[in-house]
Amino acid sequence: MPLLEIDDLSVCVSQDGTDTALVRSVSYVVEPGETLALVGESGSGKSVSSLAVMGLLAKALKVTSGSIRFDGQDLLALSAEEMRKIRGRDISMVFQEPMTSLNPVRSIGSQIMESIEENLGLSRADARARAISLLKEVGVADAERRLKQYPHHFSGGMRQRVMIAIALAADPKLIIADEPTTALDVTIQAQILDLMARICRDHGTAMILITHNLGIVARYADRVNVMYSGRIVETGTAREIYRAPRHPYTEGLLQSVPRLDQDRSVPLKPIRGNPADPFTPISGCRFHPRCPYVAARCRAEVPAFENGVACHFPLDPAQKEAV
Amino acid sequence: MSALLRIEDVSVHFPVRKGVLQRQVAEVRAVDSVTLSLEKGEAFGLVGESGCGKTTLARTVLRLVDPTSGAIWFDGQNISGLRGKALAPYRRRVAAIFQDPFSSLNPRMTSGQTLREVLKVNGYPGDIPARVAELLTICGLAPRFAELYPHEMSGGQRQRVGIARALALDPELIVCDEAVSALDVSIQAQIINLLEELRVKFGLTYLFIGHDLSVVRHLCDRIAVMYLGRIMETGTSAELFDTPRHPYTRALIDAVPAPDPVGEEAREHVALKGEIPSPLDPPSGCVFHTRCPIAMDRCRAEVPGLTRLGGHHAAACFALETTAGTPAKKE
Repeated sequence: MPLLEIDDLSVCVSQDGTDTALVRSVSYVVEPGETLALVGESGSGKSVSSLAVMGLLAKALKVTSGSIRFDGQDLLALSAEEMRKIRGRDISMVFQEPMTSLNPVRSIGSQIMESIEENLGLSRADARARAISLLKEVGVADAERRLKQYPHHFSGGMRQRVMIAIALAADPKLIIADEPTTALDVTIQAQILDLMARICRDHGTAMILITHNLGIVARYADRVNVMYSGRIVETGTAREIYRAPRHPYTEGLLQSVPRLDQDRSVPLKPIRGNPADPFTPISGCRFHPRCPYVAARCRAEVPAFENGVACHFPLDPAQKEAV
Repeated sequence: MSALLRIEDVSVHFPVRKGVLQRQVAEVRAVDSVTLSLEKGEAFGLVGESGCGKTTLARTVLRLVDPTSGAIWFDGQNISGLRGKALAPYRRRVAAIFQDPFSSLNPRMTSGQTLREVLKVNGYPGDIPARVAELLTICGLAPRFAELYPHEMSGGQRQRVGIARALALDPELIVCDEAVSALDVSIQAQIINLLEELRVKFGLTYLFIGHDLSVVRHLCDRIAVMYLGRIMETGTSAELFDTPRHPYTRALIDAVPAPDPVGEEAREHVALKGEIPSPLDPPSGCVFHTRCPIAMDRCRAEVPGLTRLGGHHAAACFALETTAGTPAKKE
C-alpha cells in the first residue's frame, strides 16, 4: 500500500472574489522508503501541493477538490488538532531557509527537545539524550555543548543539519524537503543531501524532494514528477525521464541547463517565453505558448494525463534514439 | 592581445570594530594578494563559495570598495588611486549587471525612465528615445517595455532591462555579479545565450562572478577558483575542468551533480568534509588545509604560491611542487 496517495488534488487562491487554480488536479503516490522528486520552475505548484499535504496552506488558499490519503487516513477530513499530531510525528518538513524556520531567541537544544517531548512524550532527561544522539547522527560535532547555543552561532549548513535533526525527532515516515539546499554552498549542499539520503536509507523514511535543480534529482531521486503551471506534466523513474523525456517541457528543461559532463561549445536551447502566470488564462495545454511542437489541438484541448505524460503529442523515445 | 584589466596583487581588508570607542579588534581579509588579467573580448569567470571574496573583488574593480593594497590597471591606466571626477571616464567604460534586477532597478521608474536617466546623466549626445528603443531591442524586449515598471515584468524581463542599462553607454568591460543566479532554469538559459551573443556582437569583456560551476564553465574562456580570499587555481575552462590540479577545484567539480542518473550512479563522489572557515579567523598556512584530503605539515605553516603548470594553468598547492611538470592524472 502506498504511504501517501494524492488523488485529483486542486488548490485555488481566492482574490477579489475570483478563484485561480494554483494546483490543477494533481495525482501521485509515494511508496514507503522511496525518494520522489517534484521538479519545476516558479509557479509550477510544487511547493503549494506539498504544503497541502502538511495542512499548512495559507488562509487565502483552499483545497477545492481531491483527496490526500496518508497511511490509510484521509488527511483532508482531519481536524486541525488531529492534523497537528500527524505533523512532526508522521510527516515532517525541511524548508529552504533554516534561519527563518528556527526560532532565533531559543537555544537549539530546547527547539529539538520540544519536538521530541511533544511527539514522543519522553521525559526531559530522555529527550535531552535523544537530542544529543540526533545531533550526532546529523553530523553536529560536540553535540552536548552545541545544545545550549542559539541559531546565530551556527553556519547555514549547520542550521540545516539542526532542522533535519528536528524533522527526524519522532522518526517520521515521510519527510517533505522543500529546496533544502538551495541557500547553501555547493560543497555543503553535497554534504546535506548525502546526509538526507543516508538517513532515509537507514530509517526507511520516504522523502518528497522539491527542487529546481535537475542534477540533484538525477543523483538523489528514485522517481520524478515534472510540474508545470499547477499540473504534473510527466512522471517516471529518473532514468526514464532523463534518457528519453516525453513531454516537450521536460525536454526543454534538460536542454536549458549547462552541464559539466558535456562539451561547453554545445549551445543551450532555452524554452522560449516565460513560465505561465497562474493568473493569466491559457486555453488548452498551459505549456502551448512555449512549446516548439505546438499544434492546433494544443490550443483548444487540455491534454489528459495518460501513461505518465500530459501531452497530445508526446515525444517518441524510440524515434529519438533512431536519429 | 592586450590586457584590458589587470588586477595586481590586490588585497582588500575590512576592519572589525567593537565597543564605544570603535577600536579595531580584528580584520577580515576578504581578498588577499590576488593577481589577474583580463584580455580584451574574453569572458573571465570567478568562482567560489560564500566568503571567498569573489564579490568583494568585483566591487573593487567597480571602485565601490577601495583596495587596501595593490593596483588595478584598466587600459594602461592605474585606476585604483583615482577619486571623484577623475573616475568618471572609467565609470562610463565599465558597467555592472547584478543578481537581482528587482532590487537593482528603481521600482518607481519605468524601464524607459531608467534607461533615459543613465543616458541623460552621462550626456549621451544622440537621440535618447531612439537609443532606449534600440537598447531594449538588442536585449530582446519589444519597445513597449519602455512603459512598464519592474513589478509588471517577469524576472527574466527585468534582467533584460538590467542588461540594457549596463549596455547604455557602450561599455568595454561588464562585471556580471551572479547575473543569472536568481532566474528559473528555462529563463537562465535565455539570459546566458543573450550574454554570449552580446559579447561577440559588441566585443565586450566580461568579469563573470558566479557560484554555479556549470554556468561559469559554459560562459567563460578562463576561470579563477577562489577560496577564503585567495586564488586556488586558474586556467582556461578546459584546463580547469578536464585536468583540475588543486584539491579544492576537484572537490568543487565533484560536488556538482550532473543531470544524468546513469552517470551519477557510476560516479564515485566524496563530499568535502567540514565547513568553510570564518574569514575573520582564517586557517594558518594554506587556507584550504582544514578541509584538504591531502594536507601535509607544510600546508599548516606556509602559504603556497601559484605554481605555473603550462598554458594558462596555475594552482596554489604544495603537492604540485613535487610533481610540477608532469601531466596531472585525470580522476
